[in-house]
Amino acid sequence: MLVKKGRFGEFGGQYVPETVMNAVCELEKAYEFYRNDEEFKSELTELYKNYASRPSMLYFARKMTEDLGGAKIYIKREDLNHTGSHKVNNVLGQALLAKKMGKKRVIAETGAGQHGVATATAAALLGLECEVFMGEEDMDRQALNVYRMELLGAKVTGVKSGTRTLKDAINEAMRDWATNVETTYYLIGSVMGPHPYPMMVRDFQKIIGEETKRQLMEMEGKLPDCVIACVGGGSNAMGMFYDFISDEGVRLVGVEAAGKGIDTKLHAATIAKGSTGIFHGMKSLFLQNDEGQIDSVYSISAGLDYPGIGPEHANLYKTGRAEYIGITDEEAVQAFEYLSKTEGIIPAIESAHAVAAVRKIAPEMAKDKILVINLSGRGDKDVYQIARYRGVNINE
Amino acid sequence: MNRIDAKFENLKAQNKKALIAFITAGDGGYETTERAVLAMEKAGVDIVELGIPFSDPVAEGPVIQNASERALAGGTTLRGVFEMVSRLRNQTDMPLLMMMYLNTIYRFGTERFFKLCDEHGIDGVIVPDMPYEERDEIQGAADKYGKHSISLVAPTSADRIDKIAKDATGFLYCVSSTGVTGMRSKFDTDFDEFFGTIKKYTSIPCAVGFGISNAEQAKVMSRYCDGVIVGSAIVKLIGEHGENAIEKVSELVSSMRKALDE
Repeated sequence: MLVKKGRFGEFGGQYVPETVMNAVCELEKAYEFYRNDEEFKSELTELYKNYASRPSMLYFARKMTEDLGGAKIYIKREDLNHTGSHKVNNVLGQALLAKKMGKKRVIAETGAGQHGVATATAAALLGLECEVFMGEEDMDRQALNVYRMELLGAKVTGVKSGTRTLKDAINEAMRDWATNVETTYYLIGSVMGPHPYPMMVRDFQKIIGEETKRQLMEMEGKLPDCVIACVGGGSNAMGMFYDFISDEGVRLVGVEAAGKGIDTKLHAATIAKGSTGIFHGMKSLFLQNDEGQIDSVYSISAGLDYPGIGPEHANLYKTGRAEYIGITDEEAVQAFEYLSKTEGIIPAIESAHAVAAVRKIAPEMAKDKILVINLSGRGDKDVYQIARYRGVNINE
Repeated sequence: MNRIDAKFENLKAQNKKALIAFITAGDGGYETTERAVLAMEKAGVDIVELGIPFSDPVAEGPVIQNASERALAGGTTLRGVFEMVSRLRNQTDMPLLMMMYLNTIYRFGTERFFKLCDEHGIDGVIVPDMPYEERDEIQGAADKYGKHSISLVAPTSADRIDKIAKDATGFLYCVSSTGVTGMRSKFDTDFDEFFGTIKKYTSIPCAVGFGISNAEQAKVMSRYCDGVIVGSAIVKLIGEHGENAIEKVSELVSSMRKALDE
């Protein structure tokens, strides 16, 4: 799939300012070494097992299966990881790498706060200084996670520029990196940015799909027919998809945030409405205007609120290997409530987008088919906002 | 001959250093930009970089970020800047570059963009988010129309300085220090070492930018290289004084001119 260095078809590359280009090259070399280093691999496996509590459970959702009346539904419980989402898989890998590279400080961007919390956690564990950049709009939406990061010893810096959301947090993290490049490791939270990040983050997340395959083989003795995951930058989906790409019979479905609807201006549906561009270090699909100005995007979910998508997803879409559908705020909130009531699992509002897609797709599949949802995170952080959405006034 | 090359030849013959000024195009309106460009030429600026506003300028500090935001809010477009350049070309023959993010060129269409550069009189581009390794994205089209794609080199470029310097055309944009654009009170870079390394690999003119905001700094930096670039200090004046900034901008650049010529 990799055509030339750091490319997925026409997508990918290393479009970064010269000041950080050498750091990107250094990272590339370090990662090439450590990805094959037995000691690094065994340390990371140990952290996954005894700190993040991997493998995560693959749960048969009996009530949901019966209710929807179609395919057998399994839920990959990434929400049960330490820190409450799949983000910990990537963060432990990169923080360990930063440590091996002799970096003293890590910085990260965060949207919903899950990547920020995971980064702050790994930094606390590994004794690294940590600063997290977060759009002020997102800090309002995710106040609980802001406090959580501070509890973990991280400094949270509000970003006032631009749309004050995830893309602006990335801009600010890149500016900090350019300034402090010699001491600082930029811990990117998704399968995006300049090479090697998209490949490296995918490698740290692909354990999701690998475990799912093994667990399903044990439980059902066969591969799933369809796997579904939500997509912002695309790390949980890439982690779930990757090991199934070569299994051509497995349908791969990514779920984008359609916000108030993709025919309005208020959405984050990059695949449905985007075009090829070069931004944040990569050639990929972006929501942008005719002059190449990046659009502001909208979703009820701070974690899906990004105007681009990882380059490997762009290629999976272009080559037709994966399909991508949109789910609106309203559908996601309904799915949030549905999974809570049906299975007793409160999903992250991001993951609820995938649940909503399953409610549409599962009933169309035969009963002997198997469908897996990647439940990328838990929903505690979203409860207050969903209550507000429903017009319920709760005091925090 | 490309106007940039002619200018540097001319300066060399006179044993003078280049003063290069950056201005965010459209900030305060196209007319303000036009007037500022012509006033700066009169005050001793040799080359002007027109900053094309971008929604997400990751290489810029707050001063140029804000200018970019103002220019976009005021309706600045790439096409509009090209039209402004045509008007300027009736009044000046000084070298004009565009400093812009790669997505603006890519989205516009690389071939179409450089064709317009040629038609309207732009002599080159500086693309801060396109490192040496990705230069092929635009090099073919730039060469076809005889426009320079100016390479940037930073103190952190380390062992990549060699190849970047060797392949540079027009002039080499030497980034003074790590970080984004904006005024700095001091520099931690070892300039003897930085420019010593660069000069080992190329004889092309070197201009230093990022953080240079006054005559004193210009004077110090001119010892190491062939030109200095001033940006945020000008943009800040325009941000503060709008269309009334022209005189103040002229004062600033003429003080820098004087310092370079002393």
